[in-house]
Amino acid sequence: MSVGAQRGLASSGQKHIAEILHPLSAADESLSPGPDVTVTAGGDKEAGLSNGTPVDTPSPASASSLFNRLQLDDDIESDPRDYYDSTETRDLFVTVDDPKKHVSTMETYITYRVSTKTTRIEFDLPEYCVRRRYQDFDWLRIKLEDSQPTHLIPPLPEKFVMKGVVDRFSEEFVGTRMKALDKFLKRVADHPVLSFNPHLNAFLSAKDLNKRQGLALLTKVGESVKHVTGGYKLRARPPEFCAMGEYLDTFSQKLGTIDRIAQRILKEQSEHLTELRDYGAVYSNWTGSEGELQRPLEGVASSVSTCCGAMDELCENMGQDFLPVLREYMLYIESMKNVLKKRDQSQAEYEGRLEAALLRKQEDRTPMPPEVERCQDKVECFNADLKADWERWQSNKRQDFKQLLGGMADKNINYYEKCQAAWESLINVLQDKQTEDQTSETD
Amino acid sequence: MVEKGTSVLKKLEINVAEAEKRTGKNTVNMQETYTVYLVETRVSPPPTPDTLWRRYSEFELLRTYLLVTYPYIIIPPLPEKRAEFVWHKLSADNLDPDFVERRRVGLENFLLRVMSHPVLCKDKIVFLFLTEIENIFSFKSPDKRFTALKQYSDELNTAISQLLRVRARVADRLYGVYKVHGNYGRVFSEWSAIEKEMGDGLQSAGHHMDTYAASIDDILEEEEHYADQLKEYLFYTEAVRSVCRKHELIQYELEVAAQDLASKKQQREELATGMVRVFSLKGMTSKLFGQESQEQRESRLAALEQSIQEGEQALKEKNAECQEFVQTAWEDIERFKEQKDRDLREALISYAIMQISMCKKGIQVWSNAKECFNKM
Repeated sequence: MSVGAQRGLASSGQKHIAEILHPLSAADESLSPGPDVTVTAGGDKEAGLSNGTPVDTPSPASASSLFNRLQLDDDIESDPRDYYDSTETRDLFVTVDDPKKHVSTMETYITYRVSTKTTRIEFDLPEYCVRRRYQDFDWLRIKLEDSQPTHLIPPLPEKFVMKGVVDRFSEEFVGTRMKALDKFLKRVADHPVLSFNPHLNAFLSAKDLNKRQGLALLTKVGESVKHVTGGYKLRARPPEFCAMGEYLDTFSQKLGTIDRIAQRILKEQSEHLTELRDYGAVYSNWTGSEGELQRPLEGVASSVSTCCGAMDELCENMGQDFLPVLREYMLYIESMKNVLKKRDQSQAEYEGRLEAALLRKQEDRTPMPPEVERCQDKVECFNADLKADWERWQSNKRQDFKQLLGGMADKNINYYEKCQAAWESLINVLQDKQTEDQTSETD
Repeated sequence: MVEKGTSVLKKLEINVAEAEKRTGKNTVNMQETYTVYLVETRVSPPPTPDTLWRRYSEFELLRTYLLVTYPYIIIPPLPEKRAEFVWHKLSADNLDPDFVERRRVGLENFLLRVMSHPVLCKDKIVFLFLTEIENIFSFKSPDKRFTALKQYSDELNTAISQLLRVRARVADRLYGVYKVHGNYGRVFSEWSAIEKEMGDGLQSAGHHMDTYAASIDDILEEEEHYADQLKEYLFYTEAVRSVCRKHELIQYELEVAAQDLASKKQQREELATGMVRVFSLKGMTSKLFGQESQEQRESRLAALEQSIQEGEQALKEKNAECQEFVQTAWEDIERFKEQKDRDLREALISYAIMQISMCKKGIQVWSNAKECFNKM
């Protein structure tokens, strides 16, 4: 495996199947540059290079290129309005890339390379490189949700895909999923609390993710929230959280509208593309009966064909980059709404218990039971966490949409630039011919 | 007058009964597929009708002949040559059964109109059209250049019609793409209402989306000029066809005159030598010689001599007419070809310029929008 971002989907076709080891075992996922493709087969389980154990002396090329790759991903301008966006304080960088198909007797699946670079002491080593599959990301998310219930956990791309409808191994699908996983991990890594979660640590560094045994490092809050029983009804949501709820409702509505508009545009553009192809063909066919006009007509046909290619690219981009990100944000909003609900739940529980306790206190002077205090702590903790997460979410949302919409504008600009170039070159050709004719006439 | 017309129709019943597909070699020796129509004429009494097959181009020639021969008469029109205004098909398929059926009706109508006209119904050529099996306008030596020109004009017509049709569809779709972007304007505006820092950027970006959506109207309006330039040449092809047809007519008249003369000369020979031959020339009434007196023969011979001289003169004149027509026509056709090449090339260049202008506008708007997004 060569260093440097491998963008294409390298299926097991690159290597002979027999050479492929289980990705989470001792595969040569080293950072050293070297001949591509060949995997050191056999039981290198102890020695040398196994998952999670980077090379002792990383060659400069690999380390810096990894770093560069990670840096480029974080290339956002620091905006004074964005408190959370100072890249200088960031000390944990993660990237998801290099999808590979793995074929085993039981199943076929995709793994992604997860690369980490960090200066945090919570990590044993400064760099890690592991392979993970979607299941592993899902595991991480569930663990995070369980252990940090008061925080907003970023969403994952859709888990289930209808096998008949979507090709789970197509470059398109895998590419889109990978970008979403990358986003997910980056968001977690950027979070001041979540990024210190031990499950994340394990995810990023462990050779083998032993998912069955849970790490027994749940926080107190986590434990108690896990045991929240239902049945408490919230009387009044505090205004700041009401505002959040309303915002989320309206925002998700607007995003839904934007999604529909984008889909409609995509449809119209596809149909336009179909007609445009016919259009180019008509010019081509016309050349059959012409003499002098052959060249200009062919020129027009060729320019139209270039425009078709550019339009095709634009459509592809909309489908693969724009729409999935938009949809993923809608999932994000749902996550946020759920967290708000959980917060409401814990407040309801607190208020319920408090009321019950107060009544009992009045009756027989029993002291305030500790659960009530715990609940109070919980609620306050929740509220604080949520507010902090909200601010950070808003800020990230700004960046994300700046990028998304800016990207859409960029793609459209590219499209028009390509078309313009095609037509301009045609004019040059035709006008050259004209001056040619004129000079030949005067001769 | 009206009575006379209708009385002809009372005696004559005309039907364009069927249509059939044929393949054959045309005058430039190229394989082609075309449709022929069954023309049935019933003269009552004798119950058995005259039937013969005619194709559309023969109807055209007949009409051209009538136009030239009776310039003071309003000659009935023919149905469409090509399926011009078909709403749902890409190409004008002249072999499409629905189209052929409608044309059949139109051709029948044409013949009925001609035959109900007091003057036209008496024309000899019309009569031959209805009764003479052979193609009355066939030529022994067609001018290949004109045949090729007719073919070219047909091809140009097809190409331009197709182009105009598809261009209209492309324009339709493009309109849709631009206009849907206008919806972004509205939703960005609504969204900006719930945003703090993002609000201004979103709002202004929305305005640019509105501008983008509105820009398509002018763009397409300008493109109509291009379409008009193409349409002009579409109509030109009809004019070219018309010249070809007139040439065919002149050629036909020339050949008829030559034939006429040849048969008269043969008659003279037979009269002079007393030999009887079997006539098999078409369009000629054959005379069987009976026993005649010397005087009768001599007077007939004299009349024939006169007729032959007149015929030779007519043939000379017709020849000269034909040659002049060909020469002047061909000069004009060359001029037309050069003009067409120039004009269409200019049209294509101006089309390319329009496209460039559209791209520049697009870049401008999206760049503006991008700036707004960056300020969010």
